Amino acid sequence: MAIKHSEEYRDADLARPLAEKIRRTSRRSIRLMEVCGTHTVSIFRSGIRSVLPTTVSLLSGPGCPVCVTDQTEIDAFIELAKQKDVILTTFGDLMRVPGSTSSLQSERAEGRDIRMVYSTVDALTIARTHPGKQVVFLGVGFETTAPTIAAAILTAAQTKLENFSVISAHKTVPQALEALMALDDVRIDGFILPGHVSVIIGLNAYRPFFDRHRIPCVVTGFEPADILQAIASMVEQIEAGAPRLENAYPRAVTLQGNLKAQKILAEVFEPADACWRGIGLIPLSGLRIREAYVTHDAGKRFALNLPEAQPPKGCACGEILTGKKTPPECALYKKACTPVDPVGPCMVSSEGTCAAYYRYHYEERVTSYE
Amino acid sequence: MKSDKILLDHGSGGKISHRMARDMLLPVFNNAILSELNDGAIFELQGVRMAFSTDSYTVDPIFFPGGNIGELAVYGTVNDLAMCGASPLYLSVALIIEEGFPVEQLETIIAAMGKAAETAGVTVVTGDTKVVPKGMADKIFINTSGIGVVPDGVDVASHKARPGDRVILSGTIADHGVSVLARREGLSFETSVQSDTAPLNHMVRAMFAAGRGVHVLRDPTRGGLGTALNEIAEASSVGVRIREDRIPVKPEVAGLCELLGFDPLYLANEGKLIAFVAPDDAEAVLQAVRADRFGRDAVVIGEVVSGNPGKVFMDTRIGGTRIVDMLAGEQLPRIC
Repeated sequence: MAIKHSEEYRDADLARPLAEKIRRTSRRSIRLMEVCGTHTVSIFRSGIRSVLPTTVSLLSGPGCPVCVTDQTEIDAFIELAKQKDVILTTFGDLMRVPGSTSSLQSERAEGRDIRMVYSTVDALTIARTHPGKQVVFLGVGFETTAPTIAAAILTAAQTKLENFSVISAHKTVPQALEALMALDDVRIDGFILPGHVSVIIGLNAYRPFFDRHRIPCVVTGFEPADILQAIASMVEQIEAGAPRLENAYPRAVTLQGNLKAQKILAEVFEPADACWRGIGLIPLSGLRIREAYVTHDAGKRFALNLPEAQPPKGCACGEILTGKKTPPECALYKKACTPVDPVGPCMVSSEGTCAAYYRYHYEERVTSYE
Repeated sequence: MKSDKILLDHGSGGKISHRMARDMLLPVFNNAILSELNDGAIFELQGVRMAFSTDSYTVDPIFFPGGNIGELAVYGTVNDLAMCGASPLYLSVALIIEEGFPVEQLETIIAAMGKAAETAGVTVVTGDTKVVPKGMADKIFINTSGIGVVPDGVDVASHKARPGDRVILSGTIADHGVSVLARREGLSFETSVQSDTAPLNHMVRAMFAAGRGVHVLRDPTRGGLGTALNEIAEASSVGVRIREDRIPVKPEVAGLCELLGFDPLYLANEGKLIAFVAPDDAEAVLQAVRADRFGRDAVVIGEVVSGNPGKVFMDTRIGGTRIVDMLAGEQLPRIC
């Protein structure tokens, strides 16, 4: 894989005038939500909040896959790791998430076979080389990751790799936007829509949502200038009273999205109701493995019957994920809950709002140079 | 959630490692030299100021672009001594080898160590070899310890940063971390990034010759630049303010970091140093660093401020400001 870094989009020459434009044109007090963890991290790392006028508030939405995973699902992951002859494979940022009584990281230290992988290809390889074991992959993520996991299931089916299965806790973004708008104690004036997810689903996937709610919705990339561009556009739309569904990331996102990926998704998964941490059940916002691939459905294969788990006591992850609270408003933040000893998932994942606040946000005045 | 088992996080070089050193080691070995928690110990022995340091190397993979575990083990201890302001003199080498390890690879590693010792100008004077049954260790672990002499007039320590000090960084960051990550099993990226593993003792000697105002030296290895700056800010009770646009990161390093959700500020370097230098001496010391072949890209990345003690801030490229925190535990690749 060749890697090219889009340094040019990070260029201060692009970003500074955009920030200046936002400060000049913003009059009404607005609340914009980014629903992608990568946006959250980029916003914090580049210090975007510190260059915005007080009229523009950014809320971090349910955009971190680990964070929105329901407590019962986390417990199921940990329970799976304890099953006999199971090799659990997972993306890295699930390792530290606390379940009701344990975490994958602690289970690994106990001797369970839990392996961090960078892609489903690695998980398939492990299944192939360990025919006597059941290799389970933890399918967590949005429309971005789901196609690669669907492709792995297809590969396993085609090659009769029967010891490979996936537990699907995938979630889909447009349905979550609807759920957020339905909350009566949160005001959201516009959405900064995710770049990677939109590469897959395309701009048109948001059209029904936009038509219903008529608030600014802008898909954008991850460089500071991309994000500032989206904010500048939303400020302009709101000031002019002319909301749009806009693609500010045309170098990657099309109207239709990636049709091939969509086809693979539809082949393997079907929409199903899903529980989101902090929001609860959202109709048809999850992806269930179709009956035709039941051999590779770890949820069915292991039939874990776990009691419904409650989120950790005092943890405000739910309110934080929906923009009702900011991390400093959580009683546990920086006290009982730190990246070293996280209580809730928003403090664990590098893309979690609490972790981003903890790492990048400072409440006091910063001393200037001498 | 506290664990009653040792986790990989305990070895990450971040906050969890620190907590273990502070809570488990210091109370037992309780003494003034150790409690400084510098890269090495500095003490006086029959009128001579000595520096003494030890480090164990367990890198995966053992061969990575730009080097192998052998030179890493030599340069690592050489650099720890250099960061004490010492001229490194003698090293010990202890090998723990897994049964079945190829002799040819061992020869390559030892040859690299020999060459590294020569480059750094140190002598390996004692050693030990152990072989453990297959599966009881991962290929090879190396420990090196070293001693050196701290020249008169040299007095560096992590608590000596003062307001106004300029922060010099000797070159690009995260090269080692990325070169190892890219080569690690399961990650088959084509990358041209080489580890920066290099000895820094000659550079340090030139820096002292250029100016007396060198207050703090640190090689930002495990935990990276972000963690090292935080340790110094905390130890010296000062604020540190750096500028993002001054920190050199190779484009391919930045690219891979972006892909995996890693922050180059927290990835390891094995041939870079940061120096806190009095403003009057900063330019001369910077030039001395740049004159060294491992310091050509050196820059002043920021300075020490009197407010916000213990905190590190960064002025971002877009004109914003944010805090730079210490790494908590091992960085984990994200889902996306």
